[in-house]
Amino acid sequence: MLNKEAKLNPRLFDDEPDKKPVRDGYGEALLRLGEEIPEVVVLSADLKESTRAEDFAQKFPERFFEVGVAEQNLASIAAGLGIAGKIPFISSYAVFSPGRNWEQIRTTIAYNDSNVKIAGHHAGIITAEDGVTHQATEDIALMRALPNMKVFIPCDAIEARKATRAAAKIWGPVYLRFSRPRTPVITTEETPYVPAKAEVFWEPKPGRRAGALIIACGWIIYNALLAARDLERDGIDVIVLNCHTVKPLDEKKILELAKKCGAVLIAEDHQVAGGLGGAVAELLARKTPLPMGFIGLEDSFAESGSPDVLIKKYRLDSRAIAAAVKKLIKRKND
Amino acid sequence: MELHEEKLKFLEKKANDIRQSVIKMLAEAKSGHSAGPLGMADVFTAFYFHILNHDPNNPDWPERDRLVLSNGHICPVRYAAMAHAGYFPLEELKTLRRINSRLQGHPHRNSLPGLETTSGPLGSGLGQAAGMALSAKLDRKKFWIYCLMSDAEQQEGNTWESVMFAGKTRLNNLIALIDRNNIQISGFTEEVMPLESLRDKYESFGWHVLEIDGHNFEQIVDAVNEAKAIYEKPSVIIAHTIPGKGVSFMERNYLWHGKAPSKEESKIALDELKKTAEKIAGEHK
Repeated sequence: MLNKEAKLNPRLFDDEPDKKPVRDGYGEALLRLGEEIPEVVVLSADLKESTRAEDFAQKFPERFFEVGVAEQNLASIAAGLGIAGKIPFISSYAVFSPGRNWEQIRTTIAYNDSNVKIAGHHAGIITAEDGVTHQATEDIALMRALPNMKVFIPCDAIEARKATRAAAKIWGPVYLRFSRPRTPVITTEETPYVPAKAEVFWEPKPGRRAGALIIACGWIIYNALLAARDLERDGIDVIVLNCHTVKPLDEKKILELAKKCGAVLIAEDHQVAGGLGGAVAELLARKTPLPMGFIGLEDSFAESGSPDVLIKKYRLDSRAIAAAVKKLIKRKND
Repeated sequence: MELHEEKLKFLEKKANDIRQSVIKMLAEAKSGHSAGPLGMADVFTAFYFHILNHDPNNPDWPERDRLVLSNGHICPVRYAAMAHAGYFPLEELKTLRRINSRLQGHPHRNSLPGLETTSGPLGSGLGQAAGMALSAKLDRKKFWIYCLMSDAEQQEGNTWESVMFAGKTRLNNLIALIDRNNIQISGFTEEVMPLESLRDKYESFGWHVLEIDGHNFEQIVDAVNEAKAIYEKPSVIIAHTIPGKGVSFMERNYLWHGKAPSKEESKIALDELKKTAEKIAGEHK
């Protein structure tokens, strides 16, 4: 059942749930931040509309910089602004930033410890029709490996707003990952959000034990919740943990719940290699080795197609998640 | 500020001291780059001992001029110039590239107060300097942002992205200087990947271009003064230098781009530099 304390959207399981692009929350937060924090500046690499930086650009033209199609420069200019005391947000698609400009991010932002916030848009295969060139599925790995870097992956537009605001207020480099299409609004304004604190969204009915822990980040948590609901109907209880901060990981919470459940399934719209699953596996291998399963791309690229069709084909849907849980529980009990 | 005779001699002497320090540091470290640091010793001397508005005792002074070094591999000359200017004890120069040292093999901003950026990978210094210049404009600050680059890093795409951006935004508080020494690690720039005409390239991107002898203090100072007077666009000073300048067996030889002198070689180099120092002192009398 949904965790009441998470105060999730009560219409979450409606046939037509409220939907909104995750990236919208970024744009809304930037606008508020522009009013509240004079040091906030925004840079775009010719993608201000689709990365939702447009409203900030309109309202604060003197604090908005268009660098053109030049992601390496996007990162290095932001690094200079950050060193000089500004709080720059850089907006592009994740395949280009942090994809193309990874070394500039490593040297001039992470190693330099410059206060830059990197907004990677159009992340995941859910970017869909544009095809693999525009579907960032390695960006979590790229950013997670960098010292000094934090990684925030909001699950919906409301959480995206909270994550963006939190990033501005935390000192140091932050990577924010956003997806493109309209996806269900899972949380509400009242849902707790504290960076590096994972939140339980689904828990077993009172008096029952969870057979597995599903840890997810980003829009896919909706599919994890659908899977949890279906599993419950089949008499299988799970816990679903929204791990919106991949770095630093909420180690305490993950270890506590993983031990309680005895098996862990990861769900993310990213390569299995190096993403949230990698982070959790590194933790469990050191502290509590447990059977694990992974939902994500298995060392493959996806292709063009509509989001729904792609998600099914590449097994990021709720049925694939539910099947993986069953398999995992069987493995645990063998 | 004009240069008078006495200041000129002082700068020549300082540059010689800095070159000697560079040789000693590199020989001690047993690795590092020789040609670039020696070639840029005069430029660094001019900056740290005449051009920059700075305070070695207060390296974070908010109103200081920013000297961004983009081609981080020539950092021995920056470290030496900083130590001679009083940022840290000369003794510390011996720790270059050693464990627990503040003098990293390529400069790391947070390791040593007075460094403005972290650099090494080529081509991203100008962008950072442009970011600082933008920030200074937003805050209506009056200090100058200088960015020193190598010639070979003009082969990096990132450099031209930044050149284009600074031209677009008319960053007249940004002054770049290119060490035009014609060599890079695997040969001569015009053979590896021709750069000319650098002047035409920068002009076409909306920059004011100056060209000088990078070993002539009066020309260095005059060029910076002219650049400061250009109101409508950023300026770049193409400083023609001799790689390895001051040490005959290193001069103009690209094989000295990326290596350090042995003990014996450093002795020969230091002997020559000391003779030059005596000559400078003699002329001064």
